[in-house]
Amino acid sequence: MSVTPHMPDHPAALALARRHSLRWWESLPWIAALAFFFAYPNHLGFGTELLIMVLFAISLDLALGYAGIITLGHAAFFGAGAYTVGILAHHGIWNEPLTGLALAALVAAAVGFLSGLVLLRTTGLTFLMLTLCTMLMLEEAANLGHHWTGGFDGLPSLNIPPLFGVFEFNPLIPKTQFLYVLGVLFLCFLFVRMLAYSPFGQGLTGIRENTLRMHAVGAPVRTRLVVCYTISAAIAGIAGGIWAQANAYVNLGTLGLDRAATVLIILVLGGFGRLYGAFVGAVAYMVLAHFLSKIYPTAWQLGLGLLLVVIALFARGGMLGIGEVLMQRLRPKIPPKEPASRPSP
Amino acid sequence: MIFTVDNIASMLLGGMAAGMVLFIVSVGLSVTMGLMGFANLAHGAFAMLGGYIVVLVMRHWGVGFALALAISFVLTAAISMVFERLLYSRLYKAGELDQVLFTIGLCFVFIASLTVFVGPENQPLTLPDALRGQLDLGLLQYRTYSIFLIVVGVAIAIGLWFGFERTRFGAQIRAAVDNRRMAESLGINIDRLFAVTFGFGSGMAALGGGLGAEFLGLDPQYALKYLVFFLIVVSVGGLGSIAGVFWASLIIGVLDFVLKKYLPQGGTLFIYALAILLLLWRPQGLFGKPA
Amino acid sequence: MLKRILAASAALAVSTALAGAQEVKVGVVLPYTGIGAEFAQLIDRGMEMYLKLNADKVKPYQIKLIKRDAKNPGGNDARVATQELLTQEKVDVLAGWVYSPNAIASAPVVNAGKKFAVIMNAGTAHITQMSGYYARTSFSMWHAGYAMGEAAAKQLKAKTAVVGYTDFPPGKDSLNAFKRAFEASGGKVIDEIPMGGAGAVPDFTPFFQRAKDKKPDVFFVFVPAGDHAAAVTRTYGALGMRQAGIRLIGPGDITQDTKLQAMGDAAIGLITMHHYHADLPNAENKRFVAEWKKAYGANAVPDFMAVGGYDGMALIMHVAHQLKGKIDGDAAIKAAGTFKFNSPRGPISIDPDTRDIVMNEYLSEVVKGPDGRLMQKVIGQIDNVKDACKAQKIAPCK
Repeated sequence: MSVTPHMPDHPAALALARRHSLRWWESLPWIAALAFFFAYPNHLGFGTELLIMVLFAISLDLALGYAGIITLGHAAFFGAGAYTVGILAHHGIWNEPLTGLALAALVAAAVGFLSGLVLLRTTGLTFLMLTLCTMLMLEEAANLGHHWTGGFDGLPSLNIPPLFGVFEFNPLIPKTQFLYVLGVLFLCFLFVRMLAYSPFGQGLTGIRENTLRMHAVGAPVRTRLVVCYTISAAIAGIAGGIWAQANAYVNLGTLGLDRAATVLIILVLGGFGRLYGAFVGAVAYMVLAHFLSKIYPTAWQLGLGLLLVVIALFARGGMLGIGEVLMQRLRPKIPPKEPASRPSP
Repeated sequence: MIFTVDNIASMLLGGMAAGMVLFIVSVGLSVTMGLMGFANLAHGAFAMLGGYIVVLVMRHWGVGFALALAISFVLTAAISMVFERLLYSRLYKAGELDQVLFTIGLCFVFIASLTVFVGPENQPLTLPDALRGQLDLGLLQYRTYSIFLIVVGVAIAIGLWFGFERTRFGAQIRAAVDNRRMAESLGINIDRLFAVTFGFGSGMAALGGGLGAEFLGLDPQYALKYLVFFLIVVSVGGLGSIAGVFWASLIIGVLDFVLKKYLPQGGTLFIYALAILLLLWRPQGLFGKPA
Repeated sequence: MLKRILAASAALAVSTALAGAQEVKVGVVLPYTGIGAEFAQLIDRGMEMYLKLNADKVKPYQIKLIKRDAKNPGGNDARVATQELLTQEKVDVLAGWVYSPNAIASAPVVNAGKKFAVIMNAGTAHITQMSGYYARTSFSMWHAGYAMGEAAAKQLKAKTAVVGYTDFPPGKDSLNAFKRAFEASGGKVIDEIPMGGAGAVPDFTPFFQRAKDKKPDVFFVFVPAGDHAAAVTRTYGALGMRQAGIRLIGPGDITQDTKLQAMGDAAIGLITMHHYHADLPNAENKRFVAEWKKAYGANAVPDFMAVGGYDGMALIMHVAHQLKGKIDGDAAIKAAGTFKFNSPRGPISIDPDTRDIVMNEYLSEVVKGPDGRLMQKVIGQIDNVKDACKAQKIAPCK
């Protein structure tokens, strides 16, 4: 009987173990965000929008990048979260920020779970269209149910009390909003990062890469997909809820195709399945759109369109994909330190 | 009141006319998506380009509607073939998300270019006198243009079916849809086939853009505004199936018309619900082959 | 990129500091892209036309327009744009707003910024009540809707009406305004048809066929100006509703001047109530239209949106002169209440109580002009109309 030798110092084992540990550059986004807070106090409104988009994109990355669920209806969950906060606050039922976020996550998760249960039987274009139609149906329902949702005008001027009862949300200088969103983003990111490197996350990647084989090894494929979709929906719901709190209003824009398409573009642009693609894509897309539209209010889409075309044509895996290719080229070629005696399976 | 002959006839005619616009624009998308497996979200942009060519050619050269449509078909097909050879062909082997990124980017470029060079405003299309007003069908009077659209739509459907099922080129396309590698090894020039099919599909979109402008209008947002409806028709019909797109367009056109007339309070809710039900019932589309 | 822009705006700040009190910075929030881009262009041109035609009245101030794209009716882009105009550009006055949701979303920021803000289009009635710094130079849906309700019953002698409206707040405002006035004057609204949302243009045929089946005397339609309006007239003509004895009436959005010629003969006989169209016979308007054609081509015409921008600029200049260039928000709102102006739409003023516009409404019919082009002939006029929603305290205008 041969026993596989335990080899903790094997290069592969070391690499695998190291994969989960924090690397120095992972602190950069957070340092940059804090630096932004102090350096550009007049841009915090835009900064808050940007951070919320990052959070939304991270939620999509979990479904799309890790589990390979290609959806065009993710704004359904963002909107569900936003309307949860909005409706509760507008009708004077509940408006405390942190618990409001928890409720937003819960409602969005419920929507995600139910729609996932039904829709995840399908794949490809059919699934894409089903998620799209579900979202558009919710948008139209929000439009028609104006007694509750305010319809096209939305629910304006929500009364959101100070965070922890201390920090006021100022609509003109949104310092509180920025730091609040940054904090929530940080916690959600830690959770997603942990999840992605957990056995559950590895299982999702397996499903993405080869669904058939995962079925064959007896993995509960559909259950895992639905669970992943539900978690992803919950995080998107948090993003929507915090958006409603930071802006103190909700309207149909939170549920629309515009938002769903933008978050997809941002994630693909940055590079999906990489955790940090959401950061890179959101910064690239939103900063470019923001400043181009200031300089050329009528023609900024041209620049943005060209960026997308060029990235799609010349980079696989988005902007992070380019980064990886460059890193590989720059790094001196070291022959792999594999024990020569081990034949490949 | 509801079940009078002329009421039912007028609803059928109105719904079919709306469906025909959907069919003419979407059929090209269905074939390119089915044949090339390319998620071409810029299809609406080519329809928009075609519509603009029709309007501008009529306005500046003073040509008639029919000739303008022909010019638009040819020009749009040619332009799209250049795009296909230079850009699209690089992405055939890429993932569908890269294709989505690329074609959305292309939409932005089209939208911004038309806004800058033609203007942000809606471009009015003036129909020839013969197509305006009402036509007496004996049983009832009906909008002439709607009847014209139905006739044109059915003619195109028959022509496409014939070309697809009965010609050598059609057989090559069917072979390539079914099994691309096998078709290639049989000596079918896939590159050429793709380019021509893509050009033809975009040309059809251009026709739809021009013919549909009476109903849908024409402005730079066209490229994205109606894309969802085109995609619904394609997915409900089944990828790559001409008959599927035709029947899906008709069903959605007529049902949407009836619901709008009797339940206008529901807005667009029903059309999405209908699409969801159809897709859950037959995920591969009405005429798609089971995976 | 970011650095260069920041450096540029810093340089800008220095130059404005040198220019001193003479410069008035106007932050403009309009949808320069997307479905509203056409409207943004019209309002933009209206503002610039005022500055050009009234150079003597603008002196000694120098107007600097800082334009920001509001993109879509989603609200958040407009809100961020408003906020940045206030905090980064330190504008003296805000202006623009095509879509009502954008004006609604921006209201808390305007309140916090305490700057004078001029609404140049958004027409939902109660918007001006959301911020004490808003003044409106465009219209409320009730201006035309209410006046039309009365005129339909009294002048057009209609007994029954069907109302078709685009299903969003201005549409519902329009429906409520028309219905209230029409039924108060003895008419009856026999059917109300919501005709899809404001985004994509629907095929109007099913809605119009429903209206035709009801056989009303008049069919009152509100749709947003632009693509919707052109499609309405074509569908009305193509379904033979005129021959069936049904008159198409509405606010002037359905006969927007920029779309009128494209509607063709189907538009002849349309009756609208509105505060402006390019064929108004007053001298001020003739000069305005002539200058417009000189600047933007013989086929270009201004419309009610352009006039909203033109008059908005006039209001801003009035306030600037009153306050000697130091435009404090609270003082500006007081000064706006004394605004009286001979606009291309006739005499206008701002109601000091509601900060909404007071203006004439014109009942007009589309006819074929002597040159073969379609034009609108004034067949009735009501002077000094206030927003009926606020005048009668109808919810939500309390």
